[in-house]
Amino acid sequence: METEFLGPVGRALLGARPLLRGGLLDCATVHIVVEELVKTFRVAERAPGTLGALRGLVRRKERVHRALDGVSFTVSAGELVGYIGPNGAGKSTTIKILAGILVPDGGRVEIDGRVPWRQRVAHVARIGVVFGQRTQLWWDLPLIESLEMLRHIYRVPAPQFRVAFDELSALLELGPFLDTPVRQLSLGQRMRGDLAASLLHAPSILFLDEPTIGLDAVSKLAVRAFVKRQSRERGVTVLLTTHDLDDVEALCDRVIIIGDGAILSDGTLEELRRRVTPERWLTLELLGGAPDDVADPQARVIRREGDRVCLAFDPEEVSPAELIARLTRRHAVRDLLVEHPPIEAVIARMYGDAAGRGR
Amino acid sequence: MPPLTAYAAIVAARFRCLIQYRAAALGGLVTQVFFGVVRLTILAAFYAAAPAQASMPLPQATGYIWLGQATLLLIPWRADADVAEQVRSGAVAYELTRPLDLYAQWFARSLAWRTAPMLLRMLPMFAFAMGALAWLAPSWALAPPSAAALAAWLACFLGAVLVSSAVTTLLSVSLLWTLTADGVAILVSTCATIFGGLVIPLPLFPDWSQPLLRALPFAGMLDLPARVFTGGLAPSDAPWVLAHQLGWTVILVGLGRWLLARGLRRLVVQGG
Repeated sequence: METEFLGPVGRALLGARPLLRGGLLDCATVHIVVEELVKTFRVAERAPGTLGALRGLVRRKERVHRALDGVSFTVSAGELVGYIGPNGAGKSTTIKILAGILVPDGGRVEIDGRVPWRQRVAHVARIGVVFGQRTQLWWDLPLIESLEMLRHIYRVPAPQFRVAFDELSALLELGPFLDTPVRQLSLGQRMRGDLAASLLHAPSILFLDEPTIGLDAVSKLAVRAFVKRQSRERGVTVLLTTHDLDDVEALCDRVIIIGDGAILSDGTLEELRRRVTPERWLTLELLGGAPDDVADPQARVIRREGDRVCLAFDPEEVSPAELIARLTRRHAVRDLLVEHPPIEAVIARMYGDAAGRGR
Repeated sequence: MPPLTAYAAIVAARFRCLIQYRAAALGGLVTQVFFGVVRLTILAAFYAAAPAQASMPLPQATGYIWLGQATLLLIPWRADADVAEQVRSGAVAYELTRPLDLYAQWFARSLAWRTAPMLLRMLPMFAFAMGALAWLAPSWALAPPSAAALAAWLACFLGAVLVSSAVTTLLSVSLLWTLTADGVAILVSTCATIFGGLVIPLPLFPDWSQPLLRALPFAGMLDLPARVFTGGLAPSDAPWVLAHQLGWTVILVGLGRWLLARGLRRLVVQGG
């Protein structure tokens, strides 16, 4: 097809759905196919107060919540994809379906030719899953015994286990707490243990559901470095949900944004930025000046603090060079920096737009 | 079906974990010995007052009571606490990310839970009832079995562990509907206590009730193995006892698997 040259990002931006139908992309490199996925939950509702509770005895009101409403995307082998969205957007529901522990109401999922919820045991034997909020390890057992247990469960031959274990243990620095029961591990240690546990059987796909939630800065960096390395060196396909946009910025080639059960955007971070806002930010550090004076007709002041002032501008409208020249002529500038708006600002804008359009 | 070694590893890990509770084992041992003595006192009074000894001679009844005390923990008295916690918190869905059969996994846990704490108490109990008591108060002691009876009892004891684990797993499966399983557990453990012969030895029940009592799965947990040990049943009866136990195990496992499959279907549809 003529859109093939656009690559996954281009196709996604054009709207990838029609391409999937013909099965054109079902070649060896496509690892995960998700098509028109629908999942609804029934939520019991009751009016507030005693009267409401009594009424609930007689007549139950149920509201149908559409957690996923026609979600489609594909992931190629070796891609590292960020899957982000606000709370309740459907991130975890998607991951649970892909991991075979939830059955959707409609749509199609194929991972390496397997339908996760139909061939659960065969499927989960070949994927790795980490849920940041739950440990996959045995609470009472020392970490090393949990890992040994997983060796039996995943039928990893002893020599292969040895190699994987040594490598993971070195990379994640598990040594100091291998003999500690999991219940006594810190969150950062536990997460490293969980990451090791998810990769012992050398899966080709890794699902990470909020792997950095609650971690301190050092542990976050360690987790990111590790995930990046697994992706780059071993070609593991990674689908990662997170609230921490630094994770996305540090790791992901591609970002899928989901809001209210539907995909809002799918592409590289760059494209996302360009699509939502072309803005750049210019930060000036003035030489003992009064930042209150700084202003320009073609830029908007975002904030002033101390001797710094930050302006947003559209590079289509005014070139950075021109703007800088104009400002440095008028003010004594010690230092300056041009940057993209942080991804938070971009995404907040995107959610805002979607909400505004929606209702 | 995943390999058996995975489940064996679960049993072993769980077993290792459960035999760490020394204080509980010691406390349990003392309590069970104490109640053994109380039950023996009542039994002796009963035998002294009523000449109807036909159904079970006193030394056999004494042994029966000691066996009941020693294997008391075979009674499935509640659902697996860890499974209960998983069901309550919804984490049970995450168990499905392991390439394991959930029923087999829970059964493996039950197996370890039914055996580890019991073995910790059973061996010292035997030492006390067969050794110390034989010296201190011979008429209250547990008479050592013949070699044949011991071998037959060992086989029936393993059968009893299977039945008991199947009932325990069934209690755990019931959590998917009841969330606490307390009510079901009280019902089951009460039935097991009475119909397993822990209140009154089953042979002392009225004759008309014997066929019914013997048919129930609870007889296979405590009563029948104890009778094999004490000589109430001949070693040659052991195959029948085993058939009884294995038959019930098959039925209970089948029921448990069926219920779990239904419960899981609801779980994976409605979410964790």
